Amino acid sequence: MTTDTVPPSADALEPATGATPPRDRGLRLTLRPSAGRQHHAGPVAYALLIGASLLSLFPLYWTMVAASTDNTRVSQTPPPFLPGPNLFENLGSAWQDAAMGKALTNSFIVAGTIALATVLFATLAGFAFAKLRFRGRNILLMLVIGTMMIPPQLSVVPLFMMMTELGWGQKLPAVIFPTLVSAVGVFFMRQYLLEALPDELIEAGRVDGAHSLRIFWSIVLPVARPAMAVLFMITFVHAWNDFFWPYIVLDMTNPTIPVALTQLSAGYIRDQSIIMAGALLGTLPLLVMFVVFGKQIVGGIMQGAVKG
Amino acid sequence: MATSTPASGTGGPHSGAPAGVSEEDSAGPPPSDRRGPSRSRPAWSTLLHRFDIKTAPYAFVAPFFVVFAAFSFYPLLYTSWISLHDVELATMDVMEWKGFGNYTELWQDEQFWNALLNTFTIGVISTVPQLLMALGLAHLLNYKLRGSAFFRVAALTPYATSVGAAALVFTMLFERDFGMINWALGHIGIDNVDWEGEKWPAQLAISSIVIWRWTGYNALLYLAAMQAIPRERYEAAAIDGASRWQQFTKVTIPGIRSTIVFTIVLSTIGATQLFGEPLIFGQGPNGISGGVDNQYQTLGLLLYEQGWRNYEMGRAATVAWAMFLLLVLIFVLQRLVRRLSTRTS
Repeated sequence: MTTDTVPPSADALEPATGATPPRDRGLRLTLRPSAGRQHHAGPVAYALLIGASLLSLFPLYWTMVAASTDNTRVSQTPPPFLPGPNLFENLGSAWQDAAMGKALTNSFIVAGTIALATVLFATLAGFAFAKLRFRGRNILLMLVIGTMMIPPQLSVVPLFMMMTELGWGQKLPAVIFPTLVSAVGVFFMRQYLLEALPDELIEAGRVDGAHSLRIFWSIVLPVARPAMAVLFMITFVHAWNDFFWPYIVLDMTNPTIPVALTQLSAGYIRDQSIIMAGALLGTLPLLVMFVVFGKQIVGGIMQGAVKG
Repeated sequence: MATSTPASGTGGPHSGAPAGVSEEDSAGPPPSDRRGPSRSRPAWSTLLHRFDIKTAPYAFVAPFFVVFAAFSFYPLLYTSWISLHDVELATMDVMEWKGFGNYTELWQDEQFWNALLNTFTIGVISTVPQLLMALGLAHLLNYKLRGSAFFRVAALTPYATSVGAAALVFTMLFERDFGMINWALGHIGIDNVDWEGEKWPAQLAISSIVIWRWTGYNALLYLAAMQAIPRERYEAAAIDGASRWQQFTKVTIPGIRSTIVFTIVLSTIGATQLFGEPLIFGQGPNGISGGVDNQYQTLGLLLYEQGWRNYEMGRAATVAWAMFLLLVLIFVLQRLVRRLSTRTS
């Protein structure tokens, strides 16, 4: 479970750690194929996996089916299993009735800002914790890890008061600011840089007279890029789906996607197809991201797991 | 160059011109240029360098700690202060000292114990099957597979679905009169279940949303750990005549033990905070109270109800502390159980 369990074979093939250009090192998204079990999957395993995949994907598929029929068809027995003709009509209605346009824009702003800030600050702090020597480093790192244990509920009441006082009630900064940094992110970047960033590179930079920020910019960032991309995606997904705090601090005039979706369930809209169309609209951006970057996100989560 | 300069300088007058050019161009001025400032630079640059080396690390970690202190740690302390007061949502600047009044009231409040129990039961029926299924799924994904990337992405897709969307879909699937699940159950002779109205069905339905969203995520964590187990251990076990099942229980499970603990911690934290699923499952006003009879109200919902529906911020802060204490208690208990079980075994 620690870094020493990560197989050294990949590095052994390379002539020397310092000689390889940092950019090519990449995040090892595929774990060593020779580790673990090597049995070939039999038909039973395939059947079970296909079943599990169907269970995973069916609710999403059915969201699409329900969103493309009409209200009477949805509530018939047997329920519809194939898409109907009304998808775009329902999407349009959901867009209008549930302020989905506004919610989508807000969610993009919130999740984008949070993910960018988290990645930047996590890389800065992760680099310092991994490679720089300073007094109190271990204590500060323990503090970072300790903060992961504190449930967000514990600060919600005063946070709400603070935001009201700041005049940020119902505004996006109220959602963005408390989530700008992430302890998990700091830890993730530290673990990655410990391994991926050779000390010689930094020393070479120092010899050339580069100051720390310069080293960060021209040496650390290029090395960290693959891990930063993964952290960005994971943080984006989390920020997009975050519910508790946005639900408290935002209202229906200025919602993010999860907040807007509660309005759909709360009975303001009776038409089930339109509700499902709204759910589909709220999920679609992340689904697209998963279709395009799914393998990287999977690899990132697994990478973080082995390190954690 | 430096050695050639004097030689060309002492040369004949006809060679002076080209020598002069070369001196001006590169050889002559650069060394003196470089030496000039570099003699005064050491003081400056080492000072700057030292300053940089000393302060830069703190500057790099500062953003995390500044944001955390302002928006998590300070509010955390403030929560305990608020919980000792009577504070109304409408007049939040008026705080009336109440001592431990909120805590004793909470202790005597049946609704609190109900929410606590619900949080516990929903937590158990969502976490235990979820982690067991994740273990099985990870084991399957660990086989040599065709299309393993597809299976992994498919397993993780629910994780990308927001609570809102997931809860909406499941609410429809669990609908009493036309929901797909009751329709399917009808085929095996089970009458329509009132998933929302009755306690245990409602808690089961809510748990199924949690299970659906997080099983694949946990499976990938297990898979990563399984792939880090050295192959030799399996070979050794096979030589000793261990069956596949024995290899699974004697090699795989111990090999990913720390990951299992990690996921138990993660899901326990998640379970104590459960909020969105029951809220949306309740469809509207009933959501916050967790059903008509609070039959699936969790501590998260109770916190919200106290603060933002009953406008009692002090009481909400008390519930927040209760949630935290519950977590601490679970971990202390878990440690105790582990210590006892290792002692007896």
